Amino acid sequence: MLSIDDLHVGIDGKPILKGINLDVRAGEVHAIMGPNGSGKSTLSSVIAGNETYEIDKGNIMFKGENIIDLAPEERAHKGIFLSFQYPVEIPGISVTNFIKTSINSNLKARGKDEMPANKMLKKIREKAELLDIDSKFLSRSLNEGFSGGEKKRNEIFQMAMLEPSLSILDETDSGLDIDALKIVANGVNKLRNKANAVVVITHYQRLLDYIVPDYVHVMHDGKIVKSGNKELAHELEEKGYDWIKS
Amino acid sequence: MAYTEEELKKELETQEYEYGFVTDIDSETFEQGLNENVIKEISKRKEEPEWMTDWRLQAYRNWKKMSEPDWSNVKYEKPDFQKISYYSAPKSKDKYESLDEVDPELLKTFDKLGISIDEQKKLAGVAVDVVVDSVSVATTFKATLAEKGIIFCSISEAIKDYPELVKKYIGSVVPQKDNFYSALNSAVFSDGSFCYIPKGVRCPMELSTYFRINQAGTGQFERTLVIADKGSYVSYLEGCTAPSRDENQLHAAVVELIALDNAEIKYSTVQNWFPGNKNGKGGVFNFVTKRGLCHTNAKISWTQVETGSAVTWKYPSCILKGDNSIGEFYSIAVTNNYQQADTGTKMIHLGKNTKSTIISKGISAGKSQNSYRGLVHVSPNAKNARNFSQCDSLLMGNKCGAHTFPYIEAKNNTAMIEHEASTSKIGEDQIFYCNQRGIDTEKAIALIVNGFSKEVLNKLPMEFAVEAQKLLEISLEGSVG
Repeated sequence: MLSIDDLHVGIDGKPILKGINLDVRAGEVHAIMGPNGSGKSTLSSVIAGNETYEIDKGNIMFKGENIIDLAPEERAHKGIFLSFQYPVEIPGISVTNFIKTSINSNLKARGKDEMPANKMLKKIREKAELLDIDSKFLSRSLNEGFSGGEKKRNEIFQMAMLEPSLSILDETDSGLDIDALKIVANGVNKLRNKANAVVVITHYQRLLDYIVPDYVHVMHDGKIVKSGNKELAHELEEKGYDWIKS
Repeated sequence: MAYTEEELKKELETQEYEYGFVTDIDSETFEQGLNENVIKEISKRKEEPEWMTDWRLQAYRNWKKMSEPDWSNVKYEKPDFQKISYYSAPKSKDKYESLDEVDPELLKTFDKLGISIDEQKKLAGVAVDVVVDSVSVATTFKATLAEKGIIFCSISEAIKDYPELVKKYIGSVVPQKDNFYSALNSAVFSDGSFCYIPKGVRCPMELSTYFRINQAGTGQFERTLVIADKGSYVSYLEGCTAPSRDENQLHAAVVELIALDNAEIKYSTVQNWFPGNKNGKGGVFNFVTKRGLCHTNAKISWTQVETGSAVTWKYPSCILKGDNSIGEFYSIAVTNNYQQADTGTKMIHLGKNTKSTIISKGISAGKSQNSYRGLVHVSPNAKNARNFSQCDSLLMGNKCGAHTFPYIEAKNNTAMIEHEASTSKIGEDQIFYCNQRGIDTEKAIALIVNGFSKEVLNKLPMEFAVEAQKLLEISLEGSVG
């Protein structure tokens, strides 16, 4: 589904990613771990198409197509979803209104009709229940005055609504207490199927107890320095990041 | 019987062109320049009574002694008032045989606004076969309104048919000498609307459709007078969401509202005059004086969505004369490219326990300048006056400007005045977030702007609000490169 080949990325001439190779197939869950500043969040932003970064070299293939020159919204239309580490606030626009606009924009781009209001409402109710979201929450302005946990839950709610092929969860566990973490992880697990894939970016092993990865990659200084199965995450937890740095 | 706009629309669809009346006046324009003879001639053409002619002449004499105000935060080349023609009979605007001949850009905009083909033709100045004509609409309206004793007609008709009312109230809220433009308007006003709601009557419909259709022929110097008698209510809408390709450069309107004891007037405006092109060439100068007078327990609300004009100079105000009266001002002002707007309000608290609310949302893009200017005045007798003001500015790009000029004069120490202001910028991170959810940049901006303007959009009548939202989107198109 996703195939990254020798990706080099920088900002203001300063290299951040220095040759990333990654293959994610449908049905798989990959975890990307690493210390602060190793380039994890940059990688997720670049896959989503954030234009603040300069691509110096390499390709990103998605469903067999090179997406390196596509705008962020075009990538979204193809089924890429990024759960933001720091979701932005949009005052005056309710969660419901935002997700409705998002879903219909995607449908339109795929040459389909807008979702009828009753169907939309039903789906919103269903997914809100899945993530234990109160209906009052849905009429609040997007992320405005949300707690850290509410913001993250809202990201996963949007993921549930959009049903993307590839979901990248950037530090979704940060700012969540253990109960919220379980709810979010449970939500993600329920959305998993053979046709979609998830990339979990995290600093800690904790989340991986709930969203169990098929593969774990460790990033350091803009490169993937180690790959393995879920055992690698435990090993990392025991030995600390200094282990891979040396 | 309540008569709704929906019913009216249906009626018009099925109705034959019953009132075979066409204002087929030859395009007749006076020579440029202004003097007493021109004013007498205007008055004569309009078959006005002598007192009106004298009133106009008096205004002209005042105007001659006045000079153009230059305190506002706008820069423009001052019009040469001797190079303007002050009388232009409503030209027959049918310049085209079919819509195919009309500027496709204009039609695209009409489509985006969801304006019907018939109305598109009307607004673009195409000869219309099945006429939804302002005359017949007005007439249909009038019949319904007449049952309630509501008078709703052009100011020219009112001068002839209801001279006592006009005489009593015209110039009573905006005196001729109030300012340079009000004096000019008083001397040369072309036409406008008159509305009187009798005691205790609630006007059963939003007075809107009439204006949207009538807009195509609106004059350069509009004069509006709305009188709500004791305990009455009216919601009044002026303007047009459709872009108006008016060639008149100078527009100087005067609007006067009078809310007698316990009456309420809601006055909503959507202004979308030609803003000039992308390089700041052309466009309308919009110098408007709007003011309302509240008697005891009366309430006046101004709501405005200002997106057009090259230069806007406009301060819809409330004089809270009666005890317990309420004034409200809700405004969205959008400037793009080289547009300049200096707009706001004045809340003059004279009575006891008077209350006012000001919510102003300014959106600047391109190289435009957007200023809020507002006065809250509490006079020595206005015990327990309350005001709340909120002025928010949204900037797009880094070449535009937002300015706030609040003036507060409190002369009674029981007054409570609150002022909040904020300035924000549409962030790249907000746009990227929307993009990532599949929403393109233009739509993302529209979403953010609508969220920002929501408090004011909510004050507009439902149907108007939807159009106003679309208008905001269109006004800001291409503002992010």
